[in-house]
Amino acid sequence: MTAKDSKHPLRGIRSPLLPAVLALFVLSVNAQVDETLTEQVELEPAPEAGAEGYHQPPSLDDIPEGPFGDSVRSGWEAFVNTRQHPKAKRFVGNKQNCGNCHLAGGLAANSAPMWGAWGIYPKYRGKNDHVNTMDERIRGCFTYSMNANSSEAGGPPEPDSQVLKDLQTFFFWSAQGAPIGKNLPGRGYAAVPEPQNGSSVSRGEEVYQNQCSICHGSDGSGKFADDGRQIFPPLWGAGAYNWGAGMHRINTAAAFIKYNMPLGKASPVEKEAVLTDQQAWDVAAYINSHERPQDPRWEGNKASTDEKWHTHQCLYNETVRGHTLGDGAG
Amino acid sequence: MHGRCGFTCGLFGFSLLILLMPTMGAANEAGKKLAQQGGEGVQACSSCHGAQGGGNAAAGWPRLAGLNADYMAQQLTAMADGTRSNPIMAPIASALSEQQRGDVAEYFASLKPPTMAPGGEVDQKTLHRGETLAQRGDWQQGIPACTSCHGLQGQGVGVAFPSIAGQPAMYLQNQIKAWQSGSRHNDPNGLMASVAKRLSDEDSQAVTAWFASLPAKPSNNDQ
Ligand code: HEC
Ligand code: HEC
Ligand code: HEC
Ligand code: HEC
Repeated sequence: MTAKDSKHPLRGIRSPLLPAVLALFVLSVNAQVDETLTEQVELEPAPEAGAEGYHQPPSLDDIPEGPFGDSVRSGWEAFVNTRQHPKAKRFVGNKQNCGNCHLAGGLAANSAPMWGAWGIYPKYRGKNDHVNTMDERIRGCFTYSMNANSSEAGGPPEPDSQVLKDLQTFFFWSAQGAPIGKNLPGRGYAAVPEPQNGSSVSRGEEVYQNQCSICHGSDGSGKFADDGRQIFPPLWGAGAYNWGAGMHRINTAAAFIKYNMPLGKASPVEKEAVLTDQQAWDVAAYINSHERPQDPRWEGNKASTDEKWHTHQCLYNETVRGHTLGDGAG
Repeated sequence: MHGRCGFTCGLFGFSLLILLMPTMGAANEAGKKLAQQGGEGVQACSSCHGAQGGGNAAAGWPRLAGLNADYMAQQLTAMADGTRSNPIMAPIASALSEQQRGDVAEYFASLKPPTMAPGGEVDQKTLHRGETLAQRGDWQQGIPACTSCHGLQGQGVGVAFPSIAGQPAMYLQNQIKAWQSGSRHNDPNGLMASVAKRLSDEDSQAVTAWFASLPAKPSNNDQ
């Protein structure tokens, strides 16, 4: 199947045709005005931690009883078990949970923690002259990292919906005591400088097969229990993040991998790594040299989509192992 | 593609099963004999690991019933070649041929694990700390949830990540110590070693007590 097929707006629509087409029309108009859904913005680097270390989120044991605590707990559950959560699972169009890329359930420094994000939004971006809200940021993560357009709901949660409220109540709770409007140490992933000679997909393959495939599978499809629960997340293919997600940028993936993977060896909070900068870049390139669900901003062909949306470090529309990437998967 | 497979695949699977049945039976017979009666220079496994492979909590001897067969065969090889150094098991493992290791491992894998948890005397606070470590980890120390590798209920994942639910606390704790001291260094890529080295004695006691408080789950149902 070509990318074009998979993006054709009428494909798969059965009767009653008219309401479906109308709904689709409304949806796509919405997507155009809601400009934050058009990009998963790259974060600015966070400052190094000083003597006082990182923000300490409260313990999950101390979530209070009552409606506020219930909302925190629901938000935390939606974050770590997105695919099972009764209110969140409808919006998951791949096989990911939020916590897969934000370790310790969104609480670990240098793993893009939610307490680091909380005080940053609403954030004004001059580039598109718009104030981005947390609501929009999360909807963006659903659209790209969770591939929401292929979900049961067909798109990210509605603005101000209950699942977004619960997620934000959890973020707010985790950020208690942290200053507002400051780029905190430990926010985002700790950047890894690009090695002098760039990255190599074939060297990355070696790193991957030696150090990553035991969990993520040599074909990148992850591992699942009999009941469908995720054990290890897929890194490419239909179950993975899509071509618009932040993780498909090589620099971003390298930064995540360096201090978070292999699981149990690297340690984000202690900022310990076992891979060299070169290995992190190489394996980041290798992972992102495979097909994954199509970029939801598909412009009709790979070249135009590339030109409009992929002017960063990624392999979209590049030819690797004899194949020009960007066909999509699933 | 799926629909087409039905009959032919079923037939193929069925004849494969028929073909394999005698060999499976033979392996199990040989394995069973080793387990219950021992062999040349080999003490019966059941004298330590229990008649049904349920282990011996008081002595700190592990349950073998229902563990992944390939994992057990690998451990026997590791105990023979010294990458997992243990004075009791080393001579036994060394006396087994590769074939025998496979046979006896397959036999124990086919047994049902005991339904009772090994348990032990522990206070609630320790158990609670253990459960937190097992299910959420301690990221300040670089420790992920044990369940993220050992399966959501500690039942194990494939050949690489053994079942630790329903193993005696003392046995589990001895393994953590063995990684800390370096006497066990057979784990793939040092994945468990780096976790063990980050565990304090107190946390190791808590988390192993918690896994020992769970009944064992058969480990072969992960794809
Ligand atoms: C496939 C990996 C992945 C998944 C899954 C994922 N995210 Fe993200 N998330 C990222 C990346 C990458 C960034 C941007 C980090 C960067 O550019 O440094 C990010 C950023 C964020 C931010 C902004 C952080 C900040 O400090 O500004 C929030 C909030 C967020 N994600 C929430 C979520 C939520 C909620 C979900 C689940 C619905 C989710 N993420 C799922 C990879 C992921
Ligand atoms: C011991 C098992 C294990 C090993 C080895 C391992 N990972 Fe992971 N990886 C995980 C788990 C588990 C997660 C999800 C974390 C969570 O949900 O807490 C993950 C998450 C990820 C993600 C987030 C992306 C997503 O889409 O969900 C990437 C990228 C990744 N790993 C890359 C790697 C690379 C590269 C290596 C090798 C250098 C590696 N991993 C080695 C277990 C492992
Ligand atoms: C004299 C007592 C004794 C006998 C007999 C014995 N074992 Fe063991 N076995 C042990 C002890 C003790 C350990 C734990 C070693 C350690 O702490 O590392 C062990 C560990 C094992 C393990 C590792 C389990 C795991 O979860 O990693 C396997 C497999 C095993 N034995 C198989 C066998 C087999 C097969 C036999 C018979 C051929 C046998 N044992 C006979 C005492 C015994
Ligand atoms: C990053 C993945 C990973 C994590 C996280 C992890 N383990 Fe392990 N563990 C392993 C691997 C791999 C082995 C098997 C080593 C081998 O093949 O010898 C293992 C083996 C063990 C064993 C020996 C089991 C036996 O039958 O001999 C124990 C005990 C154990 N782990 C306890 C824990 C505890 C407790 C935690 C949480 C604090 C934990 N593990 C977290 C990867 C992990």
